[in-house]
Amino acid sequence: MNTQRSIYLDYAATAPLLPEAREAMQPFLEAEFGNPSSVHGHGQRAEAALESARETMARHLNASPREVVFTSGATESDNLALRGAAWAAYRQSGARHILTTPVEHDAVSQTAEQLAALHDFELEYLPVDEYGRVAPADLAARLRPDTALVSVIYANNEIGTLNPIAELAAICRERGLTFHTDAVQAGAHLALDMQTLGVDLLTLGAHKFGGPKGVGILYVREGVEIIATQTGGGHEGGQRAGTPNVAYIVGMAKAFDITQAEIHQSINRLSDWRDKIIERVLDSIPDAKLTGHPRERLANHASFVFKGVDGNALLMLLDAAGFACSSGSACKTGDPEPSEVLNALGFSHEWGLGSLRVTLGQQTTSDEIDAFLNTLPDLVDRCRALEVA
Amino acid sequence: MTSKGHVVVAMSGGVDSSVAAALLQRQGYQVSGMMLRLWSEPGREMSNRCCTPEAMGIARRVAGQIGIPFYAVNAQDTFRDTVVEYFLDGYAQGGTPNPCLACNRHIRWEFLLNRALALGADFMATGHYVRLVREENQPVRLYEAVDQHKDQSYVLHVLEQAQLQHALFPLGDLTKDEVRAIAAELDLPAAQSKESQDLCFLAGQDYRDFLDRYSPQAGSPGPILDRTGRQMGQHDGLAHYTIGQRKGLGIAAPEPLYVLEKDIARNALIIGTRAELGRDTLVTGPVIWQSCQAPSAPFAAQVKIRYSARKAAATVTPLPDGSSEVAFDEPQRDITPGQAAVFYNLEGEVLGGGLIQGEAAPAPAARESLIQIAV
Repeated sequence: MNTQRSIYLDYAATAPLLPEAREAMQPFLEAEFGNPSSVHGHGQRAEAALESARETMARHLNASPREVVFTSGATESDNLALRGAAWAAYRQSGARHILTTPVEHDAVSQTAEQLAALHDFELEYLPVDEYGRVAPADLAARLRPDTALVSVIYANNEIGTLNPIAELAAICRERGLTFHTDAVQAGAHLALDMQTLGVDLLTLGAHKFGGPKGVGILYVREGVEIIATQTGGGHEGGQRAGTPNVAYIVGMAKAFDITQAEIHQSINRLSDWRDKIIERVLDSIPDAKLTGHPRERLANHASFVFKGVDGNALLMLLDAAGFACSSGSACKTGDPEPSEVLNALGFSHEWGLGSLRVTLGQQTTSDEIDAFLNTLPDLVDRCRALEVA
Repeated sequence: MTSKGHVVVAMSGGVDSSVAAALLQRQGYQVSGMMLRLWSEPGREMSNRCCTPEAMGIARRVAGQIGIPFYAVNAQDTFRDTVVEYFLDGYAQGGTPNPCLACNRHIRWEFLLNRALALGADFMATGHYVRLVREENQPVRLYEAVDQHKDQSYVLHVLEQAQLQHALFPLGDLTKDEVRAIAAELDLPAAQSKESQDLCFLAGQDYRDFLDRYSPQAGSPGPILDRTGRQMGQHDGLAHYTIGQRKGLGIAAPEPLYVLEKDIARNALIIGTRAELGRDTLVTGPVIWQSCQAPSAPFAAQVKIRYSARKAAATVTPLPDGSSEVAFDEPQRDITPGQAAVFYNLEGEVLGGGLIQGEAAPAPAARESLIQIAV
């Protein structure tokens, strides 16, 4: 095994499983193996755990348990939201217009593109500013009577920017149009109140907030119709067929409970460190820029571009030096292209290739951040030397 | 960690580089793996034979199994700008380029080596079959592999002393069978490797189709002439022919005819008899001398003119402009501009080499018996 230890600064990719979540899951991987649909005691106990988990999720979302649909993760939730809402709107009124942004996660953008390519939906992109934010007025101006669905990311995974979701959702609500937000990155770092936020559909994935991978939810506001995209037994109120993954759902609820209960302390602590990272990096490294909004951003998220740096080389050097970071997009296979998001924000090739994302979490310490800040400038220098070599 | 130093192994998912990594680790080096992502045409990005997703997956498994960090390194842009350009230019100039030479020189032993050094490595290793000899206060010397069938010193003549200083080749003393045995003993996964000679970035296509798309002028038809200038037929693009080629000329003649040379100025393919194929001199472009220093006088050497050719005795004369002239003891068939001429001594040490530019002078005709030996 590669046993190299490193300081983990990639919480936006995934967070470690909380020990409490692991413990809560344990019985459902052992004695409590029942199928929640079964009539007998095994089934009853599994169903009780399932519904208790649903209640926990709903409570922290200020929603009704009936509005929580369990899925296999955020990608499935995004797929269900887009396809399910678009098909429902089309069936109801023939609506074919989908509005989204150029800075969505692939789970949204690829689904929207497939709806356009295979199902004749008309896909339109809202403009975003240099920070990747949508202006409410731009949304209002583009809504049409035949708009089937609007989907705008809450907190951008690559650049950390927060969108004014409550304002955007309100505009759609006035006109009776369905509004979805992918809130995957927000789950661990924002309080989420469905009543003040006002969205119709919201996606969460458990592993970003200390739950297991492979489980998530789609919040579906009561009265909002979606058509099931995975058909079968009538699980989850007919909205998502398939035997629920009880253990993972229980683990997710436990992790969400702990995370949301401490959310305000966490935001305060992490945003101080985030600001320190941003300040020190921009001070100590020439030709460095912050990506995303300087204030309206995730508490745990600092992201940069460095001119004339190969972002993948920088990640490799950071890993060898004991720091686990990301370039902000899935670059494991060494994809040479700057991300779609950075392209959409207008970064040139020379800047866009040199992206770095530093994301903090519950186990991050102040010492780890100092160690990182002391190491980074030298590694950026070494990467720049490679480009001129 | 007690370590003989940090070495980055250029991995491919193949058995050779996997065993190289495992051996170096066993020898006490701190080992990291890197794998290049190389260019293939848009739409075939995943099909470059050197870095398919399957090969990448195997390399990751090997790294995980022996417990070393592994990094995929994207070299697509650099590969396109150096190796693919070199390939297209070579054909445009009437040569038969060998892109593996350019890849080893510019991609593996420059682009990747620089990344390895930036990572803090002391050495870079590959699964090539060649040997190095290191003696104190001496330049590192490059030798043929013990396994003559697998020897890759021809392509690695592109390494200069500065690169050799950082190079390790743990397989040079082993036979391919021994390497397979080590892989089996360590239970290392390996790709079902077809030992393909196709160029990696062609992704299984015919190189002529590729040239037609990227270098259409290479496919412009012209005359087929004999040495006297008599038109014998029509060719469909010089790039479609190789020196020494007999088949596919479409000419009926009493004795077999071969491609002798490509006259780029006239866009003419020159053909002739087997006897006319033999040449006993060639000139090279700039020579890479492994010791850094060109010999001051002509010297006797064994010279190899293609990857698969046998070495032939010759006298090599270094020229003041850095190039060289080679005079073979016996005429050689198929001296092909664009391929390298690599100079060895009798101990199998690589002394230097350079790209063949052309023939210095025509060989005397009608030395049939000697030519047959050279074949």
